[in-house]
Amino acid sequence: MTRKKRRLMILLLAGLGLGTATALTLTAFQDNLVFFLSPSDVLAQRPPGERAFRLGGLVEAGSVERHTGTDGRPAATFRVTDGPSAITVTYSGVLPDLFREGQGVVTLGKLQPDGTFRASEVLARHDETYMPPEVADALRRAGHWNPAQGAAPPAASWNTAPRQPEGRSGG
Amino acid sequence: MIPELGHFALALACVLAVVQSVLPVVGAERRDARLMGTAGPLAFGQLVAIGTAFGCLAWAYLVNDTTVSNVVANSHSAKPLIYKFSGTWGNHEGSMVLWVLILSICGAAVAAFGRHLPTALKARVIGVLGWVAVGFLLFILFTSNPFTRVWPPPMDGRGLNPVLQDPGLAMHPPTLYFGYVGYAVTFAFALAALLEGRVDAAWGRWVRPWALGAWCFLTVGITMGSWWAYYELGWGGYWFWDPVENASLLPWLAGTALLHSAIVVEKRDTLKVWSVLLAILAFAMSLLGTFLVRSGVLNSVHAFANDPSRGIFILVLLMVYVAGAFALFAWRAPRLSPTGIFAPISREGALVLNNLLLCSIAAVVLAGTLWPMFADILTGAKISVGPPFFNTATAPLAIPLVIAMPIGAMLPWKRADLWAALQRLWWAAVAALAIGFVALVVAGYPVWPVLGMTLAAWLVIGAAADIADRTGLFRRPAQAWRRALALPRAAWGAAIAHGAVGISIAGVAGMGVATDTLVQLEPGQSTRLAGYEWRMDGLSDVTGANYRARRVTVTVLQDGKVVTVLTPERRTFIVDNQTTAEAAIHTNALRDLYAVLGEERGTAAVLRLHHNPFAPWIWFGGLAMAFGGMLSLSDRRMRVAAPAPKAATVPA
Repeated sequence: MTRKKRRLMILLLAGLGLGTATALTLTAFQDNLVFFLSPSDVLAQRPPGERAFRLGGLVEAGSVERHTGTDGRPAATFRVTDGPSAITVTYSGVLPDLFREGQGVVTLGKLQPDGTFRASEVLARHDETYMPPEVADALRRAGHWNPAQGAAPPAASWNTAPRQPEGRSGG
Repeated sequence: MIPELGHFALALACVLAVVQSVLPVVGAERRDARLMGTAGPLAFGQLVAIGTAFGCLAWAYLVNDTTVSNVVANSHSAKPLIYKFSGTWGNHEGSMVLWVLILSICGAAVAAFGRHLPTALKARVIGVLGWVAVGFLLFILFTSNPFTRVWPPPMDGRGLNPVLQDPGLAMHPPTLYFGYVGYAVTFAFALAALLEGRVDAAWGRWVRPWALGAWCFLTVGITMGSWWAYYELGWGGYWFWDPVENASLLPWLAGTALLHSAIVVEKRDTLKVWSVLLAILAFAMSLLGTFLVRSGVLNSVHAFANDPSRGIFILVLLMVYVAGAFALFAWRAPRLSPTGIFAPISREGALVLNNLLLCSIAAVVLAGTLWPMFADILTGAKISVGPPFFNTATAPLAIPLVIAMPIGAMLPWKRADLWAALQRLWWAAVAALAIGFVALVVAGYPVWPVLGMTLAAWLVIGAAADIADRTGLFRRPAQAWRRALALPRAAWGAAIAHGAVGISIAGVAGMGVATDTLVQLEPGQSTRLAGYEWRMDGLSDVTGANYRARRVTVTVLQDGKVVTVLTPERRTFIVDNQTTAEAAIHTNALRDLYAVLGEERGTAAVLRLHHNPFAPWIWFGGLAMAFGGMLSLSDRRMRVAAPAPKAATVPA
């Protein structure tokens, strides 16, 4: 085989590999991208029930209820809020160690016809002072917290907190 | 005083690194033996300076020096001694010091073991390692100084994150870093070859041990990380396709490709340009991994403390190194002309296929890992890419790779007869299909685990067939033993590593049929899972060195006989008041019984119970892969000096 022919062959192979990889990536993206929505986004967009998405915000203070589900498994219900809106989340399982009222949480699941969110996963963080960046962003978009002005106000005040004007920070 | 000494040593190391990155390279360009001769002493000086800095930091941790803010933030006097020591690198600043320490160890090793290296090549390699060291030392000195003092000193430290207080994690970062940094050495070899404008078989022979060594460490590091996630995080999973995990997988994929293409360079003197490119890519992936982990741009379960200025600094470093390397590559690569030619069906052809598939997998993983970041920048959409994406996108590439592995190992160099190789493997294929059939019909596994089991058996039996073929086990059984002893260790290493991939795949397939349940049990109550009876016997209090724990006793019975007693705990660490779940695992090598205490409700305990068939095989396979690599590394060929290079070397 001549050098020229071999070079063509290698180029073709590399193109094939790259093409396959791109095709696989794109098709897999189509079905498997998971969007993040805040409670306000959910109420505004009403995402279809068959597609899983991630819902994040703060756990509303006083909303966490642990009980035993109809199937005998331990379950929990709590509300996730970003200030203006809140969504009730049901979760069948044990809440993670770092799950606390008033702290940031990200849940993965599907919206039910009755408007509640059925979570299949509640994500835990290693660090308890950590605020998931999407949650911080959702809170900022809801107009309740400007991160440039310090830590988030106590969660108990979230649903009644006045909207702050979008300040100089711009996020 | 000691922390200042450490800080000074770091600054000294940085200055030495600047000198190291200039003098030997200039010397090599000018063929000046005296300048090139500075490479070795500078590399050793670098090691002494960084070793001193690391020692000072470790000392500050061991004596719990609370005037050092890094110690205050990450340590506590009540911590067991081993975790005080491992706490040195259990945080951002300390881990970066460990990174440069390992880099300087590698630099000194090149200087010490590279006596037979051509002087100019050696000077250039050490010079390029100096370039890397300068960047990272500046990063440490400007953005993450571990020796910053606090005044007044607090009474005690704030403690180490409890999930990190674990022997597995004490060893995880150093092994992973040895892997990452090992690719810095292959990167340095690649750049040195580009500067020199020459890549020959001797170059391949020098690069391969480093690529192999780095690969072994990275394999062990990833295996330990996965194992740690399995038993410590208590989710019962072993791989989450988390950005930080992907960050270690990417250099592994590129490094595995490099490992194989370096064989071709060494044996056949071809694929040279490609190998140089792979060496650059492997190190670029290592740097990218460091960037992803240290900057926190991607959302990860690992949520390290993150700081945008650090992220930008590493991003700049990444751009400078990678863009610089690629520019050099574009400029000099045309000089590296290929010499050996080969037919598509040959060992070389099989290794090209291996490289192609491994790089495609790496590209897919890279796209999936980085896409959320780009989507955020471009459209502002907050998205995440989870395991379903990676599973569906990598499987179609991984399956042909696995199918080709035993066949490729059977093919001779230059030109091969595919049919002959297949004929020697037919019984392996039949046996693998039989095992798949058993998994499907007898065990009743679903389709993916059946496929996994079939591929796993194909790899293990294929590796055995390779060894049987080489020793002539069936043709001349009487001499097989003697021939097996005479077989080069590299052949054994390759067969073991390939078989070990099969063992890991079997473990992954087994996890595909794992079952779990979540139950609330009062003392004396029991539940059934996977043919076992799990009885909750009661809750008790336990006190550890720096934690209090609630422990539940679960007796596992089968046919009325006690199999094991599991005691999962929930530990509350006194200093930082954090709670972690400590899983209890019982293994018999064929399956794991795994129990986690979720929470307590009155006198009842909420338990998560798992039955994980073949789970330990995942990590056993990982270790066996690294063992195969080590065996190959100990091959006589690697120890014997490379043949004298054709060009005359300047006498040192």
